[in-house]
Amino acid sequence: MGQALQRAAQWTSAKGGSGGKLEFTKLNEELLNTIIQWIEGFGAKYPEEAKLNFKSPLTWPSSLRADMLSGAGYTEKGEEVVSEAQNDKGDHPLLVLKKSGSQDYMISILSLEYAEAVLRLASDKKLSEVRSCLEANRDPVVNMLGDRFATVEGDDNSIFRFIEEITKEIETLAKQSVSAENEGNTEKQGEIEMKKSQLKLRLQLLRLDQQLLNQSIVSITKDVRLTPVSVDGEVSILKDLSGEGDDKCVLDSIEYFGDGYIFKNGCRAQPWRQLHGDICYLIVKPRDGDTMYITANTSGYYLNNGLDPVKAGELNYTKVGDSYKDLVTLLKDKSPRFGELIDKQEFALKVRDRDHDHAVDHGGETRSYTEEDDYTHRTATKHQEKKDKDQKEDKQKQNATKKKKLSPSLKWKALGMEEYNEDEKKDKEKRILKKKRTPTQLKSKTPMGGEDSFSESSTESEEEEESIERRSETNADLPSEYWQIQKLVKYLKGGNQTATIIALCSMRDFNLAQETCQLAIRDVGGLEVLINLLDTEEIKCKIGSLKILKEISRNTQIRRAIADLGGLQTMVKILRDLDKDLKCLAAETIANVAKFRRARRTVRQHGGIKKLVGLLDCPNVQGTLTPDMEKDVEVARCGALALWSCSKSKKNKEAMRKAGAIPLLAKLLKSTHENMLIPVVGTLQECASEPSYRLAIRTEGMIEDLVKNLNSSNQELQMHCASAIFKCAEEKETRDLVRQYGGLDPLVALLASNSNKELLAAATGAIWKCSISAENVKRFQELKAIDLLVALLNDQPEEVLVNVVGALGELAKDPPNRAQIRKAGGISPLVNLLTGTNQALLVNVTKAVGQCAEEQDNMAIIDKLDGVRLLWSLLKNHNPEVQASAAWAICPCIENAKTDDKLQRHLAEAIARCCNWGNNRVAFGREKAVAPLVHYLKKNDEMVHRSTARALFQLSKDPENCITMHEAGAVQPLMKMVGSVNEDLQESAAGCIGNIRRLALANEKARYS
Amino acid sequence: MATKRQEQTKLIEKLSKKKDKDGQCHFQKPEIEKLIMMFNKYVEGSTHNKLDRLKFRDLLHDMFGMTDDILMDRVFRAYDRDNDNFLNHDEWVMGLSIFLRGTLEEKTKFCFNVYDLNGDGYISREEMFQLLKNSLIKQPTEEDPDEGIKEMVELVLKKMDHDHDSRLSYTDFESTVKEESLLLEAFGPCLPSPEVILLKLDFPSILPVFDFADCISESWYYWYIISVTSLFR
Repeated sequence: MGQALQRAAQWTSAKGGSGGKLEFTKLNEELLNTIIQWIEGFGAKYPEEAKLNFKSPLTWPSSLRADMLSGAGYTEKGEEVVSEAQNDKGDHPLLVLKKSGSQDYMISILSLEYAEAVLRLASDKKLSEVRSCLEANRDPVVNMLGDRFATVEGDDNSIFRFIEEITKEIETLAKQSVSAENEGNTEKQGEIEMKKSQLKLRLQLLRLDQQLLNQSIVSITKDVRLTPVSVDGEVSILKDLSGEGDDKCVLDSIEYFGDGYIFKNGCRAQPWRQLHGDICYLIVKPRDGDTMYITANTSGYYLNNGLDPVKAGELNYTKVGDSYKDLVTLLKDKSPRFGELIDKQEFALKVRDRDHDHAVDHGGETRSYTEEDDYTHRTATKHQEKKDKDQKEDKQKQNATKKKKLSPSLKWKALGMEEYNEDEKKDKEKRILKKKRTPTQLKSKTPMGGEDSFSESSTESEEEEESIERRSETNADLPSEYWQIQKLVKYLKGGNQTATIIALCSMRDFNLAQETCQLAIRDVGGLEVLINLLDTEEIKCKIGSLKILKEISRNTQIRRAIADLGGLQTMVKILRDLDKDLKCLAAETIANVAKFRRARRTVRQHGGIKKLVGLLDCPNVQGTLTPDMEKDVEVARCGALALWSCSKSKKNKEAMRKAGAIPLLAKLLKSTHENMLIPVVGTLQECASEPSYRLAIRTEGMIEDLVKNLNSSNQELQMHCASAIFKCAEEKETRDLVRQYGGLDPLVALLASNSNKELLAAATGAIWKCSISAENVKRFQELKAIDLLVALLNDQPEEVLVNVVGALGELAKDPPNRAQIRKAGGISPLVNLLTGTNQALLVNVTKAVGQCAEEQDNMAIIDKLDGVRLLWSLLKNHNPEVQASAAWAICPCIENAKTDDKLQRHLAEAIARCCNWGNNRVAFGREKAVAPLVHYLKKNDEMVHRSTARALFQLSKDPENCITMHEAGAVQPLMKMVGSVNEDLQESAAGCIGNIRRLALANEKARYS
Repeated sequence: MATKRQEQTKLIEKLSKKKDKDGQCHFQKPEIEKLIMMFNKYVEGSTHNKLDRLKFRDLLHDMFGMTDDILMDRVFRAYDRDNDNFLNHDEWVMGLSIFLRGTLEEKTKFCFNVYDLNGDGYISREEMFQLLKNSLIKQPTEEDPDEGIKEMVELVLKKMDHDHDSRLSYTDFESTVKEESLLLEAFGPCLPSPEVILLKLDFPSILPVFDFADCISESWYYWYIISVTSLFR
């Protein structure tokens, strides 16, 4: 293990020395873990070697305490605890734990057996024991087996010499035993045995050494391998910076060598050269010096011998000089002018950036992946991700990510990539929104859902996905911000209050809205320090730290990291602080962090909800305020912000209610400031999913304020108000209040806000729910809401459509409105929507179509548009609610389709077939389809009879339907049909009569028994 | 005796009305009276009835938890407006007025004076280095232990030196503090910590604390808690 410890392990002080420490790096930890595993399994596998005494003890400062060794096998001797087992000579115990200071112990051991024992005792401190042991004994092999096995540079022959020695001794011993049986033999024998086990141990150690080296090589090599994409990335950027004679350019030219063919794997080198790891060759003409020929190999960039004088079109591939991990470093080394220019170039690129973006579109032929390509490519893959997970695509995507991290200029990253990340994020969010909305909306927006229909409506939709780490593991090209931030974090760690404040303030000068900086703070261990600062007594440090945390917690990864590090607990504690600025900052940061479920739970479990509700309690929100009162208002605002985030969890809503949030929110709702009203209404809107809140919102008089703020000029506020009304208007009293306070007019007015879809969805939702009350319907008629709603049937997102159609369905309950919908041209788009897939939408559309079908004229249009067939097909929908409302919608069609035999036949057929799905059978009965069906039996068309009988037979399996049939006089015509020549008809009719009869019998039996 | 009392009444009268270019006294008459009583107690037995530097430093240490010698000296200098190396009644009251109730502007000026070690109206690189030299834990592994401090000075200049003349004028300092009040004490604590400031709001209640300056611990906390709870009940 000597070589590995010397070469692979990372020591703090540069070279050797007794004071060196093992750094706390991932690599070291892995090495230590391997060593622990090795020691732990050793005794069981090699009992003899484990017992072998070391030449000299391994001694190190230990975390073990005397009382931990109290078990059998150990005795106490004054200050020391020693093992009862002694070494072979019998003069030294195999383990000694000695007190070296008031709290410090030194441990020394003489065999691997005891090393194993120590690890066992150390349990969770294993790692630190091994670390400390290796730090104290830089070459443990020497202690174990003696100086002859010291780790040396170069060839190590010690083991061979040792083998020779042993064999020689065995030989002499064999000779001696042949010649005479003398007494020294047994002793000699023992010595050889010991040497043999020494040899075995040495071999085992060598094996471990090798294992450790391999392990570290694996993790080291991960860092430097080039890929075609990374090369292309570097080249394309350098290309942008090259041009002859231009002072802004760093190179005269840079070109790929060869015919420009790119192989499938992205390489340009010929396949036989790819075997050597070559990716491509570059011809670089620097501003100074000769043209350079560079090989890009997976192991790095290096110069080659240039054009082959013998074979045209070939290079002499022999490597010249060192390899470099990136092209820029190589060029800097070979061309001093380049080095000079590249330093200036950072500014030039920044200036040129915008033009460059456009240039990409035209001249991108040779550049394999430009930013915009990336973006479109990504969105494209995003959209079809599910359908084709074609390997190539995946690879390209990966490549695209890699390219991002390899772009050499940070300014580039800062300007270009940031926007693109934003877009990507939005895109992702949108996808999540869409993906998650569908099921919840069905749950939340169908009136059939009953009391709890809203339970977590927005919770699910706005929940964050577990964020995916999009960053690279290699730190080949970290931006300079990274190093600057690292330095600042160092000062935070090792400075007093003054230095800490300076570092905190300097950190805030970075663009903390930028992901590079956010992640840099995390990656250099800054989050831990910032969170630790919150636990100190220094108010200034806490304020400084929170100001940073508040900014960077906008990043989802940072949020999670803050929660993982226990930041929420501390911030919750701070909510009780006396300093108001501090309270505000803590609440605002909590508002950012509590965007995912686990964080919200943490806040609740540590009493955060109660404290946040406490912040809402501010004496004055209206009128002229002193600076001190304004502070209080600000505290309340921040509290509301945090509660808004927290209120997305059901249990938090409950906790908030119990903590008395409702009257406080009602008071804050009187405020006139939008920045206060938005979080307050946002919270209310979120909580209105709970019946208890809906009741409270009504009884605390908040509807009036909500209606008032519908007239606000701020669309976000309007949206939250409308959304709150949407949820609260489930209840009749609330609907009446909305009307009384004049809320219907602004709601209808909001239908014009076509550009803001969220607002539109909330407003149409509120209209939908409000139109459940007849009085409201009247007002909507006066406001010509139907025409406006019908106009929204085209070209709107589903979130809006669900509500628009829901509203039309409700309004159509009033007969004059049905005609109005037709006149406004609403029937056709409604029927078209029957072909959709959104379950919530289908439920509403079928209802609306059903209502419209109540009128003859509408029915004619529906029939013409093939609407009845579409309704039938929905009876097969796997969602029972869609089935039910489709069945319901078919019923008026059955009644109104009196004239056409063919239509009747098909309808009956459809019902017959649909009865087997879900609860359709019961639904048809409930929606009064049975009696009209019975009337079909009076027709003269046998085909109609056949279908109808089959339908009735299916329906008769439900007892309620049997009663209806009997009452409608179905038995008489059915009896006739039993005598039909058509077997099919016979069978169905007989079966139906049978069912009716059986029910009657059962009834009688029940009556008389 | 009578004249002395008259003199004192006159002094209190003068201080309570003071509002001139040197600033304004933020204390009420009874408070000033108590402060002067305290002052008298401190200077009892001294030669010219003035507070000397050492005694004042003890006070800063005991009452306001200051530890940095350089800064305590500088605070003394800032109090000592006539530069006679002693504090008289006026200086004592006016100094505490800024210390405990000063406006941001007054404090900014005060801190700047403290940090401007040589009084030339600028905080130079060297002065900053001097002030910050103990602010970092020395890393034994570093080649130049002052490296970190030098970098800190650069950071401060980057942040505060708006006119890029490699030193901080009062304008530089003032505009920085206006923007970020955390940097008021950028070069080390020279004002009472916020916890003590809370006390100022209920000033008469801490006066007994001054009397017990020698055995502060218990009573100090007692009064601290009282003043805090009365504030935030």
